[in-house]
Amino acid sequence: MKTQLLSIAAAGLLSLTSVWAAAPVVIQNATIMTVTNGTINNGSVVLQDGKIVAVGTKVNIPAGATIVDGTGKYVIPGIIDCHSHIATEAVNEGSLSVSSMVGITDTINPEDIAIYRAMAGGVTTANILHGSANSIGGKTVVLKMRWDHSADQMLFEGATPGIKFALGENPKRRGAAAMPGLTATPPRYPATRMGVEDVIREAFTGAKAYKASWDEYNAKAAKGIVAIPPARDLKYEPLVEVLEGKRFVHSHCYRQDEILMLLRVADDYGFKVRTLQHVLEGYKVAKEIAAHGAGASTFSDWWAYKVEAYDAIPYNATLMMRKGVLVSLNSDDAELMRHLNEEAAKTMKYGGATETEALSMVTINPAKQLGIDKRVGSIEVGKDGDVVIYDQHPLSTFTKVEKVYIDGQLYFDRSKDLADRPTKEAEKKALITKAAEEQKKNAPQGGGRRGGGL
Amino acid sequence: MKTLQLTILALACLAATAAEGPQVYAIKGAKIVRVSGPTIENGTVVLRDGVIEAVGENVTPPADAWVIDGKGMTVYPGLVDALSTWGLPGATPVAAAGGGSGRRGGGNAAAAVAAAGAAAAPVVINGPEDRPSNSSYSKAADMISPSDRMIDTARDGGFTTAVTFPMTNLFAGQGAVIDLAGDRAGAMVINPSVGQYIKFPSGGGGGGGGGGYPGSLMGVIAYIRQIYLDADHYKVAENIYKQHPDGLPRPAYDKTLEGVIESPRTLIPANRLVEIDRIIHLSKELKLNAVIYGGEEGWRGADLLAKAKYPVLVSLKWPARPADSNPADVDTLRVLEMRDKAPTTPAALAKAGVKFAFYSDGIATPREIMRAVKRAIDDGLSPADAIRAMTLTPAEIYGVDKTIGSIDKGKIGNIIVADGDIFAGAKVKYVFVDGMKYEPPQETPAMRRGPDSTK
Repeated sequence: MKTQLLSIAAAGLLSLTSVWAAAPVVIQNATIMTVTNGTINNGSVVLQDGKIVAVGTKVNIPAGATIVDGTGKYVIPGIIDCHSHIATEAVNEGSLSVSSMVGITDTINPEDIAIYRAMAGGVTTANILHGSANSIGGKTVVLKMRWDHSADQMLFEGATPGIKFALGENPKRRGAAAMPGLTATPPRYPATRMGVEDVIREAFTGAKAYKASWDEYNAKAAKGIVAIPPARDLKYEPLVEVLEGKRFVHSHCYRQDEILMLLRVADDYGFKVRTLQHVLEGYKVAKEIAAHGAGASTFSDWWAYKVEAYDAIPYNATLMMRKGVLVSLNSDDAELMRHLNEEAAKTMKYGGATETEALSMVTINPAKQLGIDKRVGSIEVGKDGDVVIYDQHPLSTFTKVEKVYIDGQLYFDRSKDLADRPTKEAEKKALITKAAEEQKKNAPQGGGRRGGGL
Repeated sequence: MKTLQLTILALACLAATAAEGPQVYAIKGAKIVRVSGPTIENGTVVLRDGVIEAVGENVTPPADAWVIDGKGMTVYPGLVDALSTWGLPGATPVAAAGGGSGRRGGGNAAAAVAAAGAAAAPVVINGPEDRPSNSSYSKAADMISPSDRMIDTARDGGFTTAVTFPMTNLFAGQGAVIDLAGDRAGAMVINPSVGQYIKFPSGGGGGGGGGGYPGSLMGVIAYIRQIYLDADHYKVAENIYKQHPDGLPRPAYDKTLEGVIESPRTLIPANRLVEIDRIIHLSKELKLNAVIYGGEEGWRGADLLAKAKYPVLVSLKWPARPADSNPADVDTLRVLEMRDKAPTTPAALAKAGVKFAFYSDGIATPREIMRAVKRAIDDGLSPADAIRAMTLTPAEIYGVDKTIGSIDKGKIGNIIVADGDIFAGAKVKYVFVDGMKYEPPQETPAMRRGPDSTK
């Protein structure tokens, strides 16, 4: 046991400690914004064994529980960002117009400081997407912001995997230089929005043929007929999963015409678009989006950074919501990710969302879009112990995150963070001095080469 | 005049440090660090016809031997650079795209041309099926240049062996274990194919469309995965077709897959802990016989590596702040710590029971290599583990420990004789490669500096 503890300390980040090893936590006398069941004044939340075990004005306090005084404070469910690119060492495989063979899971960087900072902004779960360089991009992954754990331990257990699609200006760019040491290629197809549609159609036609080749082989094998199995194709496998409903499509889009195009293509091939990302002109085709059953994950008030983003309005989120679209607000950015609560608040100004509707757009709605709403997105008994304590109303611009719990464990504590800073600063200074001395010691001291000596 | 000519001739011979004289040597009365067993404080080693004929305390030099007085000398197995380009001067880039398989259908004309081995016109890469950056079939053993100057430089510093690899492409090709002496390339090769070298292209990960596949770390990993899946399928298809040649579609020939299949192990890079974790996962998934190289944060990943049972080649180029970095830039605590602790990696690996060997990683002189090893010793590595990481362990990692890596009867006569402890600044007096004696040029007294300058 002692050895194990020692090795845990040595391994640090990749510690083998159980994710749910902490003592029970009771947050008392706080304003609890459950999102799904109203707001409880002077309420308590009990976190135990990784889950929320009690919510209300009167709760049983488990033995050995840590009591957190929530007087004057607010508790909300952990924020969920449906569109982020943090925690990965690669974003775009931009070489091909269909890069479905690549995936974020292969390049998760659990040491990206943006994870800690996002968590310090109240985010506990994020959908990490491939970039928008290609019509069909790479596979996406849902992560919990379990800072100081390995890549594997950050994976949101059981979350349906996704894949990124992209429409419009980005995927029709014609190409850039190759990585050093690799061959540059001629300009990439497609160069127009028509071409983007064609690429997606071709890919799914190919995926169906691929599936058929396996079906044919399996039928032969079942009958005992000798055949060579098809080669596994990592490009088509995820697309077959999309066709089978086992993988969600998250598609980057802006204009109403391309949104309708993708919904038509999806209908033609028999798959569903799970979410439309950005979807700045979604308010123009909200009825059609709702009819398809796609969710919309948009910005609050970020637009005009490119031509296809000119027709955006800050009322987009609420207008789509009123038409029956499941709407979330996302960050797409490591900085914006730290104040998604503020982004949610803007929907009250633009479009008159209620407090609960506003908070829903960064909690339960993205949870539903990612198919993880049974686990997270609201403060309900039985859900994961992912909660955030704010010192003021979470929809105020003056509010600060004080504590973040994930799986009932304290992952961020503002007071501890502030207290630790001088120690870290001193540690850093000492290392800089040491490195400078080492460099001095090893610096060439003039004179010629001494032959033969070691 | 004639005398002068003779003198010049004699000097020329000396300068070339060419192997001369008899084929039987005995180093008598020396300290012998066998590595495979306990060190002999006062013993004799006999080399005959390129092979270690005898070693021990009570060995008598044979009558026909050239006897070297080993008093005050220490004998070690020849040093091995476990991942090297020695012997491959300016290793020439191989064509980036290898032969396509064409099996997955829909291949375009340009790829077909490339597959046919036609002129080096720009090749369209539609994906992994066009085998970009893949020269898995190329062999270092076929590219050795015995006149590479690094061979002499390394040998003068006590290196008798290098495991040398082509390093041009992502699938760069197959490495060879070579002895660092010989007139003919073929005669230098101990084993012509000991592993496939995978190189991750630097940079990447950013946005923007186009460029060659793979254009990011994600693409690189997906490509490696596809290649090994294809190699598995290649074997299966070949096998089925062999048994049923009539009525089945003929599987295509693919030299890139052949190259992967004939490589007995895969060298794959990982430095940071995150990378070590990632590469262990990938290697387990693909059932690779992996050898991880790099290891800068091995001090953090030692337990993971021990559990995964993969050997590690540790770069001796310890990370440091680049000399040309902007003085105004302040490194993060994490980077500072990584640089500070990197030389503790060997000690941590030894403690965790990870099999590891050292490699030069482009360090230009044996003296600098030994200084880097010394730094690992200062940071907790035992000298015994250090010498093992440069002799027997690399031999074990590459499966050539039956023939090299220690001073044992019957092994290849690769030994070095130094005037003391090589980790305490001793000089290499004699180097034997395949039983042939080489004498490194001794330093000019005028250039000698104080003993502390080597630290």
